[in-house]
Amino acid sequence: MSSVPLLSLLVFVPWAGALVLACLPGLGRRALRILALGFSLSTLVLALASLGSFDRASTGYQFVERHAWIPSLGVHYHLGMDGLSLLLVLLTGLLAPAGLLASWRQERDARFFNLLYLLLQGAAVGVFLALDFFHWFIFWELSLIPAYFLIRLWGGPAASRAAYQFVIYTIGGSAFLLLGFAAIFAATGALDFEALSRMGADGTLAAKLAALGGWWPQAVFLGVFLGFAVKVPLYPFHTWLPLAYAEAPTGVSMFLTGVMSKMGVYGFLRILWPLFPGPLHAAAVPLLWLALGGAVLGAFAAMRQTDLKRMVAYSSVNHLSYCLLALFAVCAATGRPHPTSEAAAAALSGTLLQLFNHGLSAGALFYCVGMLEARSGGRRGIGDFGGVRTAAPVFAGLCGIAMFSSLGLPGLNGFIGEFLIFRGVWGLVPWAAAVACLGLFATAFFLLTFWQRVFHGPRSGAASGVFADASRLDLAVLLPLVALMFLLGVLPQLLTGLFNPLITSWANHMPLP
Amino acid sequence: MSPDYAGLFRALGPEAALVVGALAVLGLDLTLFRRHSLGERLRLALWVGSLAVLAAGVHVWRGGAPGPVFGAVLMLDPLAVATRFGVLVLTLLTLGVARSSTAQRQPAEYVALILFAATGLILMAAAQQLLLVFLALELASLSLYVIAGFDRNRPETAEAALKYFLFGGIAAAFLLFGFSLIYGVTGSIELPQIAAQIAVQGANPLLLVALAMVLVAFGFKTAAAPFHLWAPDVYQGAPAPSAALVASASKLAGFTLFTRLLWPGLGAAAGSTASFNAGPGWLPAVAVIAAASLLLGNLVALAQTNLRRLLAYSAIAHSGAMLLGVMAAGRAGPAPLFYYASTYGLATVGAFGVICAAERGGRCEAISDLAGLYKRSPFLAGCLAVFILSLAGIPPLAGFFGKFTVFAAALRLGGVAAPAGSLAILAIALSAVALYYYLIVLKQALVAKPTAGAQPIKVAPATALALFAAAGLIVWFGLFPAELLGLF
Amino acid sequence: MSLLPWTIYTSLAGALLALVAGARSARAARWIALLSAGGAWALTLAAASRFVPGPSLQTLVDLPWVPSMGVRYHLAADGISLTLLVLTGLASTAGVLFSWNVTERAGEFFALFLTLVAGVYGVFLSADALLFFAFYEIAIVPKYFLIAVWGSTNREYGAMKLALYSFAGSAMVLAGLLWVYAAGGGHGFGFADLAQAAATLPRRQQIVVFAFVFFGFATLAGLFPLHTWAPTGHVAAPTAASMLLAGVVMKLGAYGCLRVALPLSPVGFAYWQTPIAWLAVVGIVYAGLVALMQADLKFVIGYSSVSHMGFVMLGLAAANLQSAGGAVLQMFSHGVIAGLLFAVVGRMVYDRTHTRQLADLRAMQLYRRLPFAAAVFVIAGIASMGLPGFSGFPAELTILVGAWKTRPAWAAVGALGVLVAAAFTLRAIQLGFFGSADKAAPAGDAAPLAPITLAEKLGAFLLVGATVLIGIRPDLLLNWINPALQSPLLQTVLKGGAS
Repeated sequence: MSSVPLLSLLVFVPWAGALVLACLPGLGRRALRILALGFSLSTLVLALASLGSFDRASTGYQFVERHAWIPSLGVHYHLGMDGLSLLLVLLTGLLAPAGLLASWRQERDARFFNLLYLLLQGAAVGVFLALDFFHWFIFWELSLIPAYFLIRLWGGPAASRAAYQFVIYTIGGSAFLLLGFAAIFAATGALDFEALSRMGADGTLAAKLAALGGWWPQAVFLGVFLGFAVKVPLYPFHTWLPLAYAEAPTGVSMFLTGVMSKMGVYGFLRILWPLFPGPLHAAAVPLLWLALGGAVLGAFAAMRQTDLKRMVAYSSVNHLSYCLLALFAVCAATGRPHPTSEAAAAALSGTLLQLFNHGLSAGALFYCVGMLEARSGGRRGIGDFGGVRTAAPVFAGLCGIAMFSSLGLPGLNGFIGEFLIFRGVWGLVPWAAAVACLGLFATAFFLLTFWQRVFHGPRSGAASGVFADASRLDLAVLLPLVALMFLLGVLPQLLTGLFNPLITSWANHMPLP
Repeated sequence: MSPDYAGLFRALGPEAALVVGALAVLGLDLTLFRRHSLGERLRLALWVGSLAVLAAGVHVWRGGAPGPVFGAVLMLDPLAVATRFGVLVLTLLTLGVARSSTAQRQPAEYVALILFAATGLILMAAAQQLLLVFLALELASLSLYVIAGFDRNRPETAEAALKYFLFGGIAAAFLLFGFSLIYGVTGSIELPQIAAQIAVQGANPLLLVALAMVLVAFGFKTAAAPFHLWAPDVYQGAPAPSAALVASASKLAGFTLFTRLLWPGLGAAAGSTASFNAGPGWLPAVAVIAAASLLLGNLVALAQTNLRRLLAYSAIAHSGAMLLGVMAAGRAGPAPLFYYASTYGLATVGAFGVICAAERGGRCEAISDLAGLYKRSPFLAGCLAVFILSLAGIPPLAGFFGKFTVFAAALRLGGVAAPAGSLAILAIALSAVALYYYLIVLKQALVAKPTAGAQPIKVAPATALALFAAAGLIVWFGLFPAELLGLF
Repeated sequence: MSLLPWTIYTSLAGALLALVAGARSARAARWIALLSAGGAWALTLAAASRFVPGPSLQTLVDLPWVPSMGVRYHLAADGISLTLLVLTGLASTAGVLFSWNVTERAGEFFALFLTLVAGVYGVFLSADALLFFAFYEIAIVPKYFLIAVWGSTNREYGAMKLALYSFAGSAMVLAGLLWVYAAGGGHGFGFADLAQAAATLPRRQQIVVFAFVFFGFATLAGLFPLHTWAPTGHVAAPTAASMLLAGVVMKLGAYGCLRVALPLSPVGFAYWQTPIAWLAVVGIVYAGLVALMQADLKFVIGYSSVSHMGFVMLGLAAANLQSAGGAVLQMFSHGVIAGLLFAVVGRMVYDRTHTRQLADLRAMQLYRRLPFAAAVFVIAGIASMGLPGFSGFPAELTILVGAWKTRPAWAAVGALGVLVAAAFTLRAIQLGFFGSADKAAPAGDAAPLAPITLAEKLGAFLLVGATVLIGIRPDLLLNWINPALQSPLLQTVLKGGAS
């Protein structure tokens, strides 16, 4: 295996697919869809292949590829994979083809759509695998462009504003991120994440930045922080999200919430935390409040929505805030003695699990909303439906499972992640866990409202006429996702096994300020 | 010391050739060419005149620079020789331009007068004795007064000539008065003796009055502000070839004459270049005149709509720059000044030549009359571009190096703090202003579409040759400025 | 290397031939122009292939020109000049390709175009300040005519404003140079001679003289607030001219700042450094915000050029190896990107739709009707936003890194510019090409637009290729640039921090 540049293949096969699509203008619609799906599946196939030779006991990077690239800037072409990356690549591998299938009926400019989608997928995989700021940032930024066009050209009526806001917010964050890294590079001359994490761990980075004097070291931290906070998004930087998620076409919403939002959390875990343990520790309490704000207010905002897609979008804010809550709790507790590390390990594995689970459940929910929309001629208000369960029982069942996974019903995958997070946070910062519970209740409330208003009761609204049940295409998308929800609900160790050593090592060697 | 008549004879060969040529033109026109048409008579007169100028040129070329002649009445140093040659070249170009001039009733007289003027001018270039200076100046001036009023079809011509004559006469009176005072103070009319005497005596009030008188005449001759009032009217009213001669050869000779007068003659009374109030002398006065010319010329030119008046104000501005060259000539030698004056002359002859040629195809008064020149005559448009851009000081044309050498020399007099230096900075700043009005001219010629009914312009071969030669020389001296700068 | 002077001569010869041939056939003129521009570019590439990077200017020709004044015809090149020479070749070749449809007075058009190119080559090759200045002015004059004759919107105003600003700037430069030259006793115009001469001046004079030379050049580089000529000029200019103006001619100013002004007086620079840097960063943000407000697509790009040139000036003002290297890289990058943007807007869109108003374009949905133009504009826009993978990114990154080292606040404000750039570029993309369908134009307006020609595609590919190549391998240029920044003369102002 070592002779095959597995990680490069992971990144570049989707892009190669995009190139192939670009070069074959004469292709029929069906043929190009199959071709695009094939290229999109490559991520899953390759990720599973790497799973085979992945050393679960190791905490370091594996399958590393490192070549000198721009000597004058000290930039290397550096790809590597650890448990965290593998988890997210697997998630991408699952959701990307699902998203493509969700757009199977996309008639307008199908070739261009698929092309952009593959570009987006490759960029996302690249973000999870790149270990040098320079090309990590290439993937990070280039993912925006296809996403912009996917929203802009195939989105809903307000797509123009949604896409613009989405990109401007994110690029705004990235500008600060870039500035932060410019400062880091100016101070250390290094752009490699591995090297920078080492410097972050032993304090040299902090010392070098402190040489700037004034409030500049804090500004650097803030810059990098903002870049990721907008991407996740962390409350109150989330305002772009509901509009973007709501206006994007279904497949793209799935990808956005399932994969792109993970890029932000990944950035927190991979970059911000190792590089700035000190400032994070110092700022942990305000950050905890922000995360709590996202978790609680996100859920309450979702409750107030009448547009189902916006509701699911706000629920994403809520779920992702749990991930950050756990991370900030760990940061807040850094430096405290035993038994913190055990709680920290729980919180962190919960975070990682939550990343994966939220991808599955939110992806599935967006797909379900998309189905409702497709069957009702574009309506998706919560009052537009009623009694869908009687009209489409299979669909209702699958959607219900996704919902219960999302609200954390034990036995389904969502439960394990949130449970671990709460357990960990309780052990680290009890009050935060207590406040966050509010979010749990609200989530349960709005999801159940959704369930009740749309699926129960007499058939009404759009569901009063002909309302087709799940088609084979729908089953092809939803069944694997639902199956995984069950599987991971029962056997979470399938995932935790991948990253447990990593988590343990993080928790035991929690970078000290 | 017995007078060296043979040397004098050799030295005055060019003048003799011109005078003989002028007489020949008149004589042949009265006899052989009498029956020909006006155009034909002009052509023949120009041929003969050109031959005379060529002969004079050959004389100058072969004569070399023997130094003082005839007991230092004449000074044939490199400056004198170069100026004489330059004047002859400019005269030749003027004759070429004159081929295109319209409405000439007396072609032979016109050509003869040009030759007489040239005679005076080349004599000015070498004169080193006050009496001869005055004679040469008057010979040139009287001829120029006449040719300035030669076009009797246009009333403004008469006005121009009269104005020129009146102002010229007053200036001559001033000059003569100044000379007499100098003679009175120093007891000599020979520049070397005058210089020696002034060095001994130092400045005295009488001498200062004399200097003032001389400078007034100087200002008149070179059209420097505030003695410039005649220039716009003459440039506007005179026939184009006459204006060309007034603006080019006359200016070149004038600058040479006064540089010789001021530096080798009155150099001891120059005063200081270090600051304005370092003591009496003519340098501060020249500095004031230069500043006035630069400002007035450039700023008033912005408001002009008449092409010739615009050229007149640009000429005033250029005079200001050349006065900087005069100030610097004491330290840097005459090379920058000569380069500037001669290449400026080429560009001006050329510009008036284009006007002259364009007048054959219709009116050419206002700047807007040039509209569409690129279509009516690409050749004229191209030449005009070269001349105007050279006047604007765009490299690689000669005008750029002229400015550059003069300003560099002025700055070296004492840095930017000294008057000459600050004037150089002012002049550079104003050259950016000047670009505006030059571009206005070129915009009409090269950008604007021709007005309805505008005819293509046919250019006479002789004029075309003259314009081409002038443009070529401008490019040549711009690319190889050392050819002129290395003469001294 | 010894071939490089021929870039000047080739272009001038091409200009003459095009003028002569153009009187009869526009076709002949444009082929001559293509051959001479392409030939000159090939010369720069050939020289680049054999170039050995080093800290000194490598002399190519050195003849006395005006011996009495110490002026020399001295042509030389180092990594910095080579970078810009290659850019000039690229931009001019692409410019000719995008001018393939010029038929009115074609001979004169290409003659002026090539004269401009020759002047630009001359500036980048000059190692004598006066020669530098002479070529600089040669480059300025043709601009006026290119805009005034072949331009569009408000062309005479734009052309005159541009010419006057340029000349005012160059007059300041000339004044400063002569001042120093005179102070040095008139020995010569070599860069080192001038630096020596300037060092003899009292400090106050050095400060003033530096300001003359630097701000004179900075006018042409579009430094805020001396930039107002740039948008009007660029908008009025015909496509090829705006490509060359924004792409290369503005670089003349920046190059002059780096090559002539900075080493001239380290004392003067130390005094002015902070004001210059602040002007640069304010310009970055201000021009970006103005671009955000424009209703005319070409104005958006015109202001974006000002904003991007602000980065160049910031890189120079920060004055360390990194920032200066980034500045030169940004000169190259912006040259390519601005060329591309102007080509799409001026040639591909305007020549077909006869409008550049975003409001009109919005209704046209150009991404359907001119997909190629839209694709190229998107790529150029992305590159212009400074997104990684394109040449703007390494350039702006290194500038920001360098600026941070000198004064973090500069980098912080500059980074805002990245954000603003994203905003106005996206707006332009969105309104210009991806307008909403519900405002579909009336049927009469939807007549098919002429297809994109081969020449346009070729030109676009050249420029896109260049920006991607340098985006992925910026070290290709940095390896030339960085050693050149180590030259003793530049080391007097650039602070260490070897990269």
